[in-house]
Amino acid sequence: MAVTLAIIRMRDLFAAVMLSGIFSLLSAGLFTVMDAVDVAFTEAAVGAGISTVLMVATLSLTRRRERDRRLDRRPEDVLGLVVALLTGAILIYGTLDMPYYGDPEAPANLYMVPRFLEDSLDEVGPPNIVTSILASYRGYDTFGEATVVFTAAIGAFLLLGGAARRRRQTSSSDSDPSSEGAPPADRGAEA
Amino acid sequence: MNPVFWQTVWGLLPYWLVIVLMMIGLHVVMTKPNLIKKIIGLNVFQTGVIMFYITLGKVDGGTAPIFGSGGDEVVYSNPVPHVLMLTAIVVGIATTSLALALVVRLHEAYGTIEEDQIRRLEGDEV
Repeated sequence: MAVTLAIIRMRDLFAAVMLSGIFSLLSAGLFTVMDAVDVAFTEAAVGAGISTVLMVATLSLTRRRERDRRLDRRPEDVLGLVVALLTGAILIYGTLDMPYYGDPEAPANLYMVPRFLEDSLDEVGPPNIVTSILASYRGYDTFGEATVVFTAAIGAFLLLGGAARRRRQTSSSDSDPSSEGAPPADRGAEA
Repeated sequence: MNPVFWQTVWGLLPYWLVIVLMMIGLHVVMTKPNLIKKIIGLNVFQTGVIMFYITLGKVDGGTAPIFGSGGDEVVYSNPVPHVLMLTAIVVGIATTSLALALVVRLHEAYGTIEEDQIRRLEGDEV
């Protein structure tokens, strides 16, 4: 959490991105402590690895420093703080009815889970129960997830591909603002 | 204070810490005008939600839900939140990459990645 606070204060965006990588790594460690090894290594690979790389790439295409705006404080900042505190208070009020941390009798641990624990070895096969559920019991969910990733990749290619083409146009000849909307569509057909 | 009170505090403390984490992320998203910072805040928020689910799945004395990692009387943690959060992490990186691509485009169009400056430029153009 100290890392998180440091991220907020950091005006150098490069350092902030690095700190967010450290944050992901720490949370991966926490996941391991809470027995979620699969989630931990996904978080370490995706959160600390890929997203850091993506952010660094974005910074290299944009700019490194956040503008210093200690002088112009806006009223929305206070509003945001109040909203965040209020939402947090409501959520904490909501946890008062919840089962305690690590309670084996919690409702979430009683429904469906015993079946997974007892039968998944016979029904699916892999000794890792998480794998069984992910690939078999919740196979459609995983398929939908793959669709989401595919859509996001297409979207990112559309956004960046059109921009790259536009840059080439402006460097070779005068820019043609009327064709601004067209290149991304071409790009999408290729993808 | 009475022991029941402390039992409650100790039993719910992990949830509270995670909620604080989520609220830090939400605060960053709402107040920081820098778009990269906003995305980092969104990631923090998302990790907070993921961690909340994982705390729900933890069972006292449990171990990772993999067969063969112990004897007969093994207590496993709840694997269902783990599966859900694997999906959530991957979807999260998809949204993050899309958001970063948008930031790159905005920077090309406006020459800045500060939200308020972009708004001002928009106002000038209209």
